[in-house]
Amino acid sequence: MKALMFGWEFPPHILGGLGTASYGLTKGMAECGDMDITFVIPKPQGDEPKDFARIIGACHTPVAWRNVDWSHVEQRLAGVMDPQLYFALRDHIYADFNYIGTNDLGCIEFSGRYPDNLLEEINNYSIVAGVIARTVECDVIHSHDWLTYPAGIHAKQVTGKPLVIHVHATDFDRSRGKVNPTVFSIEKDGMNQADHIITVSNLTRRTVIEKYGIHPDKVTTVHNAVEPLSQELLDVPVPPGKKNKVVTFLGRITMQKGPEYFVEAAAQVLRKVDNVQFVMAGGGDMMEKMIRLAARRHIMDRFHFAGFLRGKEVYELLKASDVYIMPSVSEPFGISPLEAMQMGTPSIISKQSGCAEILQNVIKVDYWDINAMADAIYSIISYPAMYRELRENGLKEVDGIRWNKAGAKVIDIYRRLTHY
Amino acid sequence: MKAICFYFQIHQPFRLKNYRFFDIGNDHYYYDDFADDDIITRIARRSYLPANATLLDMIHEHGKKFRVAFSLSGTALEQLEQCVPEFIDSMKELAATGCVEFLSETYAHSLASLQDPEEFTRQVRAHDAKIEQLFGQKPKVFRNTELIYDDDIASMVAAMGFKGAITDGARHILGWKSPNYVYSAASAPKLKLLLKNGKLSDDIAFRFSNTDWASYPLTADKFIGWIAQLPQEEQIVNLFMNYESLGELQPRESGIFEFMKALPRFAAENDIHFWTPSDTLKALKPVGTLTVPYPMSWSDEARDTSAWLGNVLQQEAVEKLYSIAERVHLCDDKGIQQDWNRLQTSDHFFYMSTKHSADGTVHSAYSPYSSPYTAFTNYMNVLSDFMTRVEQQFPADIDNEELNSLLLTINNQEAEIEQLKREVEMMRGNITNDLTGDFEPDEVVAVEEPAEEPKEEPKKPKTAKKTKDTAAKPKTPAKRTTKKKTDNTK
Repeated sequence: MKALMFGWEFPPHILGGLGTASYGLTKGMAECGDMDITFVIPKPQGDEPKDFARIIGACHTPVAWRNVDWSHVEQRLAGVMDPQLYFALRDHIYADFNYIGTNDLGCIEFSGRYPDNLLEEINNYSIVAGVIARTVECDVIHSHDWLTYPAGIHAKQVTGKPLVIHVHATDFDRSRGKVNPTVFSIEKDGMNQADHIITVSNLTRRTVIEKYGIHPDKVTTVHNAVEPLSQELLDVPVPPGKKNKVVTFLGRITMQKGPEYFVEAAAQVLRKVDNVQFVMAGGGDMMEKMIRLAARRHIMDRFHFAGFLRGKEVYELLKASDVYIMPSVSEPFGISPLEAMQMGTPSIISKQSGCAEILQNVIKVDYWDINAMADAIYSIISYPAMYRELRENGLKEVDGIRWNKAGAKVIDIYRRLTHY
Repeated sequence: MKAICFYFQIHQPFRLKNYRFFDIGNDHYYYDDFADDDIITRIARRSYLPANATLLDMIHEHGKKFRVAFSLSGTALEQLEQCVPEFIDSMKELAATGCVEFLSETYAHSLASLQDPEEFTRQVRAHDAKIEQLFGQKPKVFRNTELIYDDDIASMVAAMGFKGAITDGARHILGWKSPNYVYSAASAPKLKLLLKNGKLSDDIAFRFSNTDWASYPLTADKFIGWIAQLPQEEQIVNLFMNYESLGELQPRESGIFEFMKALPRFAAENDIHFWTPSDTLKALKPVGTLTVPYPMSWSDEARDTSAWLGNVLQQEAVEKLYSIAERVHLCDDKGIQQDWNRLQTSDHFFYMSTKHSADGTVHSAYSPYSSPYTAFTNYMNVLSDFMTRVEQQFPADIDNEELNSLLLTINNQEAEIEQLKREVEMMRGNITNDLTGDFEPDEVVAVEEPAEEPKEEPKKPKTAKKTKDTAAKPKTPAKRTTKKKTDNTK
């Protein structure tokens, strides 16, 4: 079966969980066999893995005719696109988009990030989608997250193939209820036009049904999973001379992630024990507020802000940690606790996160219940049996959460839609 | 001729309240009285009281022919005395008919049999004393917590003077054997064993009101019929269940009480009697021995002790708890003794089970906690506080042997002082008699005593008062009593 996927991020250049999830799912589906996947992203760098999906960059797709020769194209698109494909795409330009501002190859520039003119970029992306949909053959169209819904809808109109949209998050999660009307309308439009909606948790599924008024029959939950970690990452060295227990918060320091509850719980624990350090890693618009809060609670000697961590640093911190906490106020899924468990770090997660639906060997608390959170932290750092049991069972459990199972479920949905 | 042996178990734990780590060292009250009261009152209303009334009716109707046995844990009795005193009265009424036997068990429904033989014996004695005090009956047959049993336990039980014990007819122990006979323990041949008939017990306790069950509806006629059809040689059917099966698990509207009431009539028609465990042991001889090298129980699919000791959390909690057993035995603080009992109750460990599937459902259904990890956290916080309290009584740096001798000194002190005083009085009397009161008494003491008793004794009366005051740090008297003891033995 041929699937045309629209995404915004793809490893190794990722900004959040969306890229990791898109990658894992695509790979998991490829493992199930008999899948031919084309994955469109705004701006590939050329070092994306290509063994299980064909990557097409929106910024390398011509939307205006340019009379260029083979060698010029080959030279310009070295490593990111086959010239053959470029010319095939060029043959399917359906309107004149010179007014947008295109480069020497007739392509639109994309940042591939989340710039200020994001809405414009989303619109451009859907223009490009029209060209790609006319060129690449497919049986089903699959859009990852609201940024790509317009592209998916456009592709569906062009090809008449069924559209699946994958809800990795909704604006209700990101804004704690204060929804941006523009974003909401894009999301709602996507959900209305879609033939089927996949959500990453039952929590998100409920949001889609209740807040966006979608018929429950049209919405299926496919929980995310994790890639097994490479041996290199599992073996990252733990910084020597560690004397204290380490409790870690890792993620964007924004309203959605509930960082203030972590600070308050830390303050409680520190009133009772002193052989523990708290680390808040990541950046975000609430960081300064959190520093002020920690200072006001007089815990800054034991509370550290580690800043934004990259690649291996993340795993070093996880491995050095005794407890990982994700107190998210609303988390559609939340892959990071699974990664912590892979590193053998016991996790405390909020009941308001999607991964709480599938995890057993973690401690689940309400995000606002700082008392329960403090109790859980205290218990893990004070009672060795608790740490061991969570660690060992956690490792076992997370080992069974694989992408190919999620992939199989998605393929099942494709089959139903296409009567394949 | 066949017989049915009914035994009902009543147990409730003292559930722990939400005990935060801030409370460690500050708050020494651990229990969720509201939940306990709520649960025991509900179960008593729905099950215990109506069931007692039913049994009483049956005994009155059928004379002495209907007989049953009960096993009530000490913790449940405490709660019932507090919250549902009418149940105790109704139980006394049942006991007065002479058709009810009370079984022995551990006071706290604990796992002491697996952990600490000394504590096990103490608890069994405490429980039996409580039963005797309430119902005027000394238990003769032993049943352990959740029917936990193995060869070691058999030896301990036999040594305590019990004639029989009750345990589960677990498949992996019995193999091809039938539970419908009396067996004897391999490690203590004089101890007879009664085994639960799992199928027929669960037919009443779990399947009675299950409409999906092929044999639904179960009638007394049908049930007695099954028993009557058993081979001639299989003479005893042991139906062991929780008392709340009648009325709570199988609600009143399922007709469970009517079913019970109808049993004796159909039993009489088929020449089936009702026996208590003691009756059974008197009437039947063991047909063979049972070897149980590893502990078994009536819980979970595996019928072993994994329901309470299956994972690291449970093992850690139990280990920590019993590590202070010896210390607690030395304390005579009532509060500590009470908490010690209540913390041992097996249910606390049952809540910590991380089993999944069918067993897991059972564990979580009874647990007041949202997860086994919360159960562990809460329990360990309470235990930490309890351990600091025990620690406060006796500093940890004195080892148990030394502490023991010190305590002995303190405890014997009164008696010793009395005795020495009497000696002094007597000697004084002698002196005054001899010397017709010419000397001042002061001089008498000073001069005469060393002459009469050249050992250490003379010093005693003077220091005696001091020891009384300084009882808290009895370093010196300790040495003295040990010597004293040797003197006495001479």
